[in-house]
Amino acid sequence: MAILSFEDLRNKSLAENKPIYVIAQEEEAELSELDIDVVRIKVLEDLTAMRAAIKNGLKSTEKAISGWCGDDCAKLKKRYRNSEALFGKVFEKITAYALATAEENLRMGRIVACPTAGSCGIVPAVIVAVAEERNIPESKLIDALLTAGEIGLVVSNKVRLAGAVAGCQAECGVASAMAAGALVEMLGGSTDEILQASALAMKNILGLTCDPVCGLVEVPCIKRNAFLAVHAVTAAELALCGVESKIPIDEVVDVLKRTGELMSPLLKETSLGGLAKTKTAQELEKVLFKKD
Amino acid sequence: MEQKSIFSVISPIMVGPSSSHTAGAVRLGLMARNIYKDNFSKVKFVLYNSFATTGFGHGTDKGLLAGLLGYTVDDSLIKDIFSIVHDVEYSYEYVQDISRYPNSVDIIIDDKMKISGDSVGAGEIRINNINGFDVNIKGNYDTLLLMYKDKPGMISEVADIIQKQKINIATLHCGRDAKGGIASMCIELDIPAGDDIVDEIKTLNDVFFVTNVRKLK
Repeated sequence: MAILSFEDLRNKSLAENKPIYVIAQEEEAELSELDIDVVRIKVLEDLTAMRAAIKNGLKSTEKAISGWCGDDCAKLKKRYRNSEALFGKVFEKITAYALATAEENLRMGRIVACPTAGSCGIVPAVIVAVAEERNIPESKLIDALLTAGEIGLVVSNKVRLAGAVAGCQAECGVASAMAAGALVEMLGGSTDEILQASALAMKNILGLTCDPVCGLVEVPCIKRNAFLAVHAVTAAELALCGVESKIPIDEVVDVLKRTGELMSPLLKETSLGGLAKTKTAQELEKVLFKKD
Repeated sequence: MEQKSIFSVISPIMVGPSSSHTAGAVRLGLMARNIYKDNFSKVKFVLYNSFATTGFGHGTDKGLLAGLLGYTVDDSLIKDIFSIVHDVEYSYEYVQDISRYPNSVDIIIDDKMKISGDSVGAGEIRINNINGFDVNIKGNYDTLLLMYKDKPGMISEVADIIQKQKINIATLHCGRDAKGGIASMCIELDIPAGDDIVDEIKTLNDVFFVTNVRKLK
C-alpha cells in the first residue's frame, strides 16, 4: 500500500519495527522492480554526484551568465583560512558546501536535483559535511539520503515541489525538512525524532516566497541554500533532545500547501514581485537584457 | 494516486540551473531526436512565454540543441554546446503566446518536421503535437506513433498486433483532423515493441506512418 501521509509512514515504521530508510528502499524496490541493492547503488550514484558537485564548486570562481554571482563560496573559504567559523568546523563546511553546490548549479555544472535544482545545495551540504566531521560510514549516508527522499516524497504526495506552485517553501523549505530528517537518521535518532525534526524545520519556512531576480536561479537562491542548510541543523538538534512540534507534521504539510495557494502569483516564480521587483533588481534586469 | 519513485525527489543528476528550464529543455530535445531519428542539418527552435523570457539565463537554448544532438541531462558539455557544434545550422525565435503553456517550444527539423512540446516541471516533459497532429508522448514509456486514415476498426487492428506479442498497453491516445481525415494514435507500452510489430502495422491498409519512439532514460 502506498504511503500517502507521515502518519502512514510512522505507523508502518513502528508496527514493522523498521527505520524510515528501510521502508523507503523496500517501496522503491517494489515500484521499480529492482533489487534493494540496486536501489542503494542508485542512491550511491546520487551521493557520488553530490560530492563531485561540492568539490567542483569549491574550486571554481567562474561567474554565472549574469556576471553577479559565483564567488561567494570562495569568499567564505578565504575567511576560514585565517579563522574558524563561530560555530566550528561543521558549520563552516555546511555553509561552504551549500554555496559550492548552488554556485555549481548556476554555472550549468553537474548537480543532483534534491528536490529541485534551485534547492540542490541543502541536503548534500548537511549530510556530507556531518559525515566528514563525524567519520560516518558510507552506508549510513545512503540511509540518510533515502530518509531525505522518503520525507520529500510524502510531502510531494500533497504539494508539487515547485516554486511556481507553492513558492520557495516547496523547494528550499522542503529541502531543509528533508535534510533535518536525514541528519537525525545519521546521528542515530528514532523514527519519531526524524519526523519531529522535519516538522520543526518545515514550520519555520512557511510563507517563504519564490521571487528570483531576473528569473535566474541566483538571487536570492544561492545564499538561501546556505541559510536553510544551517536551519536543518537547528531542527535536528532540537528533535534529538526531545523537543516536539506541537502541530503534527501532516498538519504542517497541509498548512504549507494552503499557504502556497494563498500566496500571490506575483511571489511564485514569476519574478513579478518581491525581490525581483525592487529598484535594484529592475536596474540589473535592464543591464542583463539590455532593455531601455 | 499513482505511486511515485523516490528518485523523483532525489534525482536527476543534471546540469543546472533549472529542472524545468534546463533539464526539461534537454529532454524535449532528446525526445524530438527519438521521434525524428534521421540525421539533420538544420533546426529552428521557437521558444514560448517563460522559455522565451527567462530561457537565456537558464541555458534553455543550449539544452534544447544539446538534447537534439543526443546529449543527456547530466552532460557537462551542454554549457559549451555552441562552440562544439559546427555541422548543424541552428536558430531561435522568441514568442509570447498565452494560448501556449508557460514553458513551451516548437522544434522544426530540416523544414520537414515540426515537433511541439512543453516542460511541465521537475524535468518532466510532454510532446503534444507533431506536424499539426495532436499526440501525447511523455517519454516515460516506449511509444508507438501512427498516422493513418480515420476509419472504424483501426484501434482494434493495431491492438491485435500488439496483443499477439503479449505486450501490455499502458495508455492509448488518439486524435484526428476531421472525420474520415488523417488520424494519429499514440500507444504507450510497458515493454518496447520490436521492429516486427512496426513492420506488421505498416502492412495495414491506410496506415501512412508508423514509428517506435524510445522512452527517455
